[in-house]
Amino acid sequence: MLATETSPSAAVGRLVLDQARARNITLFVASVLAAYALQPAMPIRQMDFWLPTASLALAVIIWAATSPALAAHHRPDRATLTDAAIIGGIVLGVAALRFVEPLEGLITRTPPPAVPSVLVALAIVALLALAAGRILGSRPAWTTILVVGLTALLFALKFEPLTQALAATLRAAQGQAAAQASALDVRWLGFSYIFFRLTAALRERASGRLPDMSLREFVTYAVFAPALIAGPIDRPERFVKDLRASFAFNWPDATEGLRRIATGAFKKFVIADVLALFALNEANAAQVQGAGWTWLLVYAYALRIYFDFGGYTDIAVGIARIFGVRLPENFNRPYLKPNLTQFWNCWHMSLAQWFRAYYFNPLTRALRTRAWAMPAIVFLGQVTTMLLIGLWHGVTPNFAIWGLWHGLGLFIHNRWSDFAKARLVIPPERPRLQQAVNIAGALLTFHFVALGWVWFALPDVALSLSVFARLFGL
Amino acid sequence: MMLDRPSALRILAKALALFVALNVLFALLNPLPALGRLSLYNVVWPGRARLPYGDDPAKSYNLSLFDLNAMFASHELAGATKRDDEFRVLLIGDSSTWGWLLRNEDTLAGQINAMRLKTADGRTVRAYNLGYPIMSLTKDLLVLSHAVEYRPDLVVWLVTLESFPANEQLAHPIVQRNADAVRALIARYGLRSQPNDPALVTPTFLDRTIVGQRRALADWLRLQAYGALWGATRIDHHIPQTYEPAQRDLEADSSFKGMQPPTLPKDALAFDVLDAGIRMADEAGASALIVNEPILISPGRNGDVRYNFFYPRWAYDQYRALLQAHLAARGVAYLDAWNLVPQEEFTNSAVHLTPKGTRLLAEALAGTITGRR
Repeated sequence: MLATETSPSAAVGRLVLDQARARNITLFVASVLAAYALQPAMPIRQMDFWLPTASLALAVIIWAATSPALAAHHRPDRATLTDAAIIGGIVLGVAALRFVEPLEGLITRTPPPAVPSVLVALAIVALLALAAGRILGSRPAWTTILVVGLTALLFALKFEPLTQALAATLRAAQGQAAAQASALDVRWLGFSYIFFRLTAALRERASGRLPDMSLREFVTYAVFAPALIAGPIDRPERFVKDLRASFAFNWPDATEGLRRIATGAFKKFVIADVLALFALNEANAAQVQGAGWTWLLVYAYALRIYFDFGGYTDIAVGIARIFGVRLPENFNRPYLKPNLTQFWNCWHMSLAQWFRAYYFNPLTRALRTRAWAMPAIVFLGQVTTMLLIGLWHGVTPNFAIWGLWHGLGLFIHNRWSDFAKARLVIPPERPRLQQAVNIAGALLTFHFVALGWVWFALPDVALSLSVFARLFGL
Repeated sequence: MMLDRPSALRILAKALALFVALNVLFALLNPLPALGRLSLYNVVWPGRARLPYGDDPAKSYNLSLFDLNAMFASHELAGATKRDDEFRVLLIGDSSTWGWLLRNEDTLAGQINAMRLKTADGRTVRAYNLGYPIMSLTKDLLVLSHAVEYRPDLVVWLVTLESFPANEQLAHPIVQRNADAVRALIARYGLRSQPNDPALVTPTFLDRTIVGQRRALADWLRLQAYGALWGATRIDHHIPQTYEPAQRDLEADSSFKGMQPPTLPKDALAFDVLDAGIRMADEAGASALIVNEPILISPGRNGDVRYNFFYPRWAYDQYRALLQAHLAARGVAYLDAWNLVPQEEFTNSAVHLTPKGTRLLAEALAGTITGRR
């Protein structure tokens, strides 16, 4: 027998490699399971199983459509088949829990569908993925079809009449009364964010920048558990870099992650949940008496939405950090910014960056080639970007107005900046004046944003206008 | 801030030690009663017109809690300075007095105040609503034990037979969760309830820690937060557009709490608690007026057997006679308003009145109140 010698550095290297592999498998399996476990129950039977399955199906199909490796070889390699088998195994395992009574509610809220129908669904997804790989894999430009399809699905989920029609169809398919369908019947957990990740991958593929990701990496990216519910929205090339980097559990990252989780939990469950008790909403907007009290409710809403969303982000970033994934930040003290442009650079940053990368920049580039005047380009770019961001929250007049509110605000600030840059320069020897201007700007920006929340928080224009009237004593 | 392993473990150990120490300290010091007296009401938010109670906080901007200190601190009574010309009337009772399905201005206290009554010696009558939607004389006594701090001139105690059964006096969470206060009342007034009754919750050491008291702490915090919406809307009770009216057609059941006709034993009723309340008011320098509150006299099926869902006729008639005789023997002022309100002026229960029904009761009380000195 030959004695083999292993250097300490090689052993450490193997340990790190093993930890990275174990981490990646853990994140992959946990994210797939979390898609089911986090999905709330719905009035339509088995939807809490089928919607997460649809999220996974979309991820698999879009991976197939964007995978250069699959396009090159026309058939999945062994690693892909292993990953696909793991996904299929988890999906079947979740469905099979219906046979294990004590574990029935462990993952899904309601009993999952029968295993044969799940097998059929998995077979359909596999065929669609193969077809997508064959047809679209070698034609990246054609992935636009999938972007349009995803956008149409998002629209159907955000536009109440369509969501209701979808609910009626799903109810009928399940043998339930279609007449009782409601838009609330289809609450597809995390789809809004899955949409962004999948669309980002499709656009990156079309532009040739998408890294060659394995099925496991891509599915982990698409339904990454910490960021499934409320983001942040990562980009594929950045995310996969973290997954491929060496990883070893380390205390600095773990303690930083725990700190973020604790901070986020405090923001969300203490500050935001207390503010939620008296933040502006549909019910109290109609009941509040007097301008002072109405301002209080508006301020409470503004702070609540920040601490709620910021808290979620902290928790997501913290969990990911423990596993060595550095999710992008979403907030950077947005309410302290001296103008609206800086506010939007610091509020829901990953969303703003997504729109900047995949909508605003391409649009403004295209308009420049057509020799539009710069103010017109800025106007169209900012207003339509913000309109789309508004409509992403829901296709309603109020969300549209909220988007326009910010779009116009950004445009006005852009024009004012251009005007003031040359005319209203504060000399460096007057720092106090600069400080006062910044404070005034922050106050003005905060109030502009807070008033914008009136549109966002309320369901209809008339009620919002009545709140504005009360705020200003009209 | 990036930490290495020893630093992280040291911080975790310190955090754990601090957590344990704070919990132990909290359990030993029991700061909740003192915390309850700290309130944003009457300072930042206006005081509430009735004690906090709500089974749908999201709609009523109100919640039910067990901390009587916090409940009273949130009440307008806690922030009201008594002027020399004020004749302070405290109304104690159940949900009827609290004003179920009534806006504050329509409750008994609201309607009495709207009358702008003056006493014979020229003082202005100011009524405070201290009703609480639980039917138990011991609960009333508990409320009164806090209320007498606020220098009442008159305590109007609205009672009904449902509040009297001796064996149900401790059967309500607010009584059970104020076990020490109830035991003190039992001892002080020689009540028949047993201080070691298992219904009275005796918290363990763990129950007294921050972890054990997390619900009470959260309730206190939520009570403060809901003050903003109380101030903003003046809503503290969700009144639905429609409700199930009080039952008129009744079962032909003549039993009352397991008792059968013909006799309602006096010792089955908690007259000892009533006496304690009268004594407590007297000790605080206030008069007591006991009011047998109006009940629905049902015109429906089996109305000859029962007055309403709560009461068979035989039991209620005997209760009235017992109450009248008991109070007359002690010289306590008494108003029997049992049949004052017509049946159409009841809402969803045989004791809940419409604004008009409440007005009738307020008018009946007005003369009695203003005749006092």
